[in-house]
Amino acid sequence: MVEAKNLQKVYKVGELEQEVIKDFSLCIGQGEFISLVGPSGSGKSTVLNMLGCLDTPTKGKISIGDTEVTGLSRSKRADFRGANIGFIFQSFNLIPVLSVYENVEYPLIMILNLPQEERKERVMKLLRAVGMEEHKDKTPDKISGGQMQRVAIARALVTNPKIVFADEPTANLDTKTAHKIIELMKAIQKEFRTTFVFATHDEKIVSNVDRIITLVDGLIVSDERIEK
Amino acid sequence: MNNILKISFRNLKRNSRRTLLTASLITLGVVFVLLYTALSGSFKGYMIGQITDSNMGHIQIHKKGYVASVDTLPLDKNLNQVAIDFIEKELKNNPYVESYAFKIKFGAMFSNFESTTNIRLNAIIPEQEFKTLPALEQRITGLEGELSGGEVLIPELLANGMKTKVGDTIVLVANNKAGSVNGINVKVGGIVGQITGPGGKDGYITLEDAKKVLRMGEAMEVSEIVVRLKDLSTLEKATASLAPIIEKQNKEGKPSFEVHTWEQLSPFYNIIRMLDVMNLSMKIILISIVLISILNVMVMSVYERVREIGTIAAMGTRPSTIVKLFLAEGLMLGIFGAIVGSLLSFGLVALLNVVKITYDFGRETGLVLAPSLSLGEAMSTGIIVVLISLVASLSPALKASRLDPVEALRTF
Repeated sequence: MVEAKNLQKVYKVGELEQEVIKDFSLCIGQGEFISLVGPSGSGKSTVLNMLGCLDTPTKGKISIGDTEVTGLSRSKRADFRGANIGFIFQSFNLIPVLSVYENVEYPLIMILNLPQEERKERVMKLLRAVGMEEHKDKTPDKISGGQMQRVAIARALVTNPKIVFADEPTANLDTKTAHKIIELMKAIQKEFRTTFVFATHDEKIVSNVDRIITLVDGLIVSDERIEK
Repeated sequence: MNNILKISFRNLKRNSRRTLLTASLITLGVVFVLLYTALSGSFKGYMIGQITDSNMGHIQIHKKGYVASVDTLPLDKNLNQVAIDFIEKELKNNPYVESYAFKIKFGAMFSNFESTTNIRLNAIIPEQEFKTLPALEQRITGLEGELSGGEVLIPELLANGMKTKVGDTIVLVANNKAGSVNGINVKVGGIVGQITGPGGKDGYITLEDAKKVLRMGEAMEVSEIVVRLKDLSTLEKATASLAPIIEKQNKEGKPSFEVHTWEQLSPFYNIIRMLDVMNLSMKIILISIVLISILNVMVMSVYERVREIGTIAAMGTRPSTIVKLFLAEGLMLGIFGAIVGSLLSFGLVALLNVVKITYDFGRETGLVLAPSLSLGEAMSTGIIVVLISLVASLSPALKASRLDPVEALRTF
């Protein structure tokens, strides 16, 4: 479903060039639950950003489904992200002026432009799935961190994306809440066959995934499938 | 679009104090401009009314070359009967013209048997003159009925200076076209009050009396034809419609007549133009206020919401939608300022008309300020404010749309 071939990412800082990803190739199948692990600076977030079409590689190609995304314009990449990719962020990144319901509804209005009835059906289904139905009218400042991440998960999934990228999704949560969030994502993965790719240090996530890709200095040093 | 407006409105509410301060500044600017326009319009209207309705009319027609030598009040540049008939026929058929008046302007000596001074006289057909210059009658005191033969209306300044009052007999002495001198006794029929500008010191006699003192015989001869239009706003069109008069040529193939608007003849038109320039300056100040305040608030808004912009961009919001979100914020600020500012201005103008503020101008005192504000003026100012709001929001909006999502998401 996702195929990355010979990715290279070079950042230029003044005169200095820094190669953070070196000859990175990867295939991800439908419904996989993958963790990208590695020390700080190993290139996890950079890989996540490139696979998520937020950033472009200096060299190499990325295909998601039948689309080669590396050649898309900025606007086309935005459209592609909206229709195919979900994001979950470490700091939840909910829009503060919108209610829980409206935050989840946002991609359906502003990106997919769906009719109201369909929007309502999808939003309520996901709010029920993440256990936030009764908090739907609250604004983000009125709910806890764990609840915010549940809303963020619902928002990431509401467009029925092929793949969800999550960058340290449990880093700002306490252990108990983090476990609940991981279980929730696992349940969603099973129910919707959604592919999840995490960039994380969190052992709680790593112990739950079925594939662990370890990066060191921009190179894959191991790609391990966990049999459960 | 509704959702863009909803999100933009909520973003404005997020920092309500700053939003209110910016909107108030724009509102204040709109009120300032509209109030100035209404007040200057009142003064302008009064000035134009004074000049055109009691002295100059809207358009004047002379024999070619008359205006260039008007200071000497020449009698050899009068319009003869043939010319008068031609012009009168054109004026009668012109749809813009309400009325017209014939007059001879000439200089004379004024003597009260004790002392003598100069006077500039307008020889008029009273019925025509008062129809064409309706405000003239209001400036005359002491006149019973219409100006009759054997009577003179003298300017207030001269009456005071020569200690002459209504009912006194005076002598008018004038040179005719051939250079011979003649005089007639006339009775002071009334005093003409002052107005600002040239013509405020003119005296009036009947055209028949002028013919006697100038020994013109029976043939009709005038130096000036004053035209009043049905609607002053059609001045340009009306002047153009007098093309047959303007283009009429004499035997030598040169133009026979000259047609001037009051704007070309009155030095006060420059004051009016100055008022217009000041009005424009006020609008430029308003534009600057709107531009700076909205630009400032939008730049702040983008700066504060970089991470949020990164989030919506990452989710797949198109750059064009991000532009619309920020443009809508600026637009709402502008629309709010324009509407509230216009409503406040209409209220203040109504209040000023109730209070009736008076002012003095030159020798005229107790003039009442009667400001009026047209819907068109309020709308044009509103449109300027809204357009400038859009222009001011454009740069921050484009900046927001061009943010790199990866960089934006890293921002705290």
